[in-house]
Amino acid sequence: MAKYLLLKHYRGAPAAVNDVPMDKWTPEEISAHMAYMQDFADRLEKTGEFVDGQALAPEGTFVRYDGEGRPPVTDGPFAETKDLIAGWMIIDVDSYDRAVELAGELSAAPGAGGKPIHEWLELRPFLTLPPTITE
Amino acid sequence: MDEALLRSLTPHVLGILVRRGADFAAAEDAVQDALVEALRTWHADPPRDPKGWLIAVAWRRFLDATRADAARRRREDLVDEEPAPGPASAVDDTLQLYFLCAHPSLTPSSAVALTLRAVGGLTTRQIAQAYLVPEATMAQRISRAKRTVAGVRFDQPGDVATVLRVLYLVFNEGYSGDVDLAAEAIRLTRRLAAAIDHPEVAGLLALMLLHHARRSSRTAPDGSLVPLAEQDRSRWDTALIAEGVDLLQAALARDRLGEFQAQAAIAALHADAPKAEETDWVQIVEWYDELAKLTDSPVVRLNRAVAVGEADGPRAGLAALAGLDDTLPRHTAVAAYLHERDGNLETAARLYAEAARKAANAAERDHLTRQAARLNARRTV
Repeated sequence: MAKYLLLKHYRGAPAAVNDVPMDKWTPEEISAHMAYMQDFADRLEKTGEFVDGQALAPEGTFVRYDGEGRPPVTDGPFAETKDLIAGWMIIDVDSYDRAVELAGELSAAPGAGGKPIHEWLELRPFLTLPPTITE
Repeated sequence: MDEALLRSLTPHVLGILVRRGADFAAAEDAVQDALVEALRTWHADPPRDPKGWLIAVAWRRFLDATRADAARRRREDLVDEEPAPGPASAVDDTLQLYFLCAHPSLTPSSAVALTLRAVGGLTTRQIAQAYLVPEATMAQRISRAKRTVAGVRFDQPGDVATVLRVLYLVFNEGYSGDVDLAAEAIRLTRRLAAAIDHPEVAGLLALMLLHHARRSSRTAPDGSLVPLAEQDRSRWDTALIAEGVDLLQAALARDRLGEFQAQAAIAALHADAPKAEETDWVQIVEWYDELAKLTDSPVVRLNRAVAVGEADGPRAGLAALAGLDDTLPRHTAVAAYLHERDGNLETAARLYAEAARKAANAAERDHLTRQAARLNARRTV
């Protein structure tokens, strides 16, 4: 019983094996990819392991406090930002091994030529609440 | 409306449906429907006989669902038979439910969810909220669990150890939502203890009570962790401690030691010390030795190293730690603590910071970060 974040990067992860940008795929390949993602989420819901899945727009803004009485400063988007998150899926599973297995399946989503993308997904455990019995 | 009463009736009503011939999965769904209906209507219109009401509504729901099924013929046979309660008692039914819901074919998270619903009488929504997953996900987890145990005979004897592991999980790794899972685990363990005479059941109940007794002193008002040595012991619940100690002594007297009794014995020794410095660490080390014989768990050996550090000094603690795998959770935190006690503040500060980075939960991470910060501040003064 542990929650993990499967993090998908636009940029910042090592290069995928089938590394062709989506705009170079055929429309059918894009549809097949979307269907795979939806099917994956549906299957996880049926196994009782799905928590959340969201996609993010690639362009974001940096915001920071700029002192008392002043509006926050905004900046960006920065074209050179190394790490760019594309979206995530949150799963609730019984073990780390199961989380790795599911991340592997998600990484097999089809891309160009209908072949698996083999993209690198980042697997991050959630911090939990402290256990009661520690001694 | 008395939700506690409603929940306490759940396993009994479920047992009755099963003994009338309903299969477990359908009966459990019907009882859940009746439960949700009761939660919705009882406060405005409380029944005179809550148990009778639940049985009647659940049985009707079961028949409705069965009627909708293809197996019309079989169902009509079933209705014609008209419910003759079997020979088993409510206590036996409850015990069988515990075994079924903790069946070894289930994953821990499925067993926990099924136990909370079928035995605990919680709704799917409550369980989902408690474990911070969507209700649809929890509903699927539960129905999948029921499919997994579909072939298991209801009256098949089970292993009480699997039940205890599930209850321990509910108690120890419970999240904090509207449902108090620690209290729920205690309630379910009490009920199990009433259904079966077993020293390890008593041991687990004692362990839970002894830890629950410290609950209010375990966190500061800002939510930060208060370590055992710094807790305000006047806030420990003495009634719970007394009950836990009594249970434990009666269990130990039967001379069938198990891991939960040994863990409870350690908790009881902490509870027995009016001040942290009066803790009988020598006896605690002996109990860890017993526990290590019973479980051979590296976590036990890690905790034993802490106890050795208190009983025989930090050097002895570090020596006990030396043989252990340093990738164990909390290994670095223990090393940091022992180094600090040994006066090696620079190493301790570095290890506390490293332990904070490795911590699996936020409260522990924050606590360890504060320890590192405290030592670093002292060194720069």
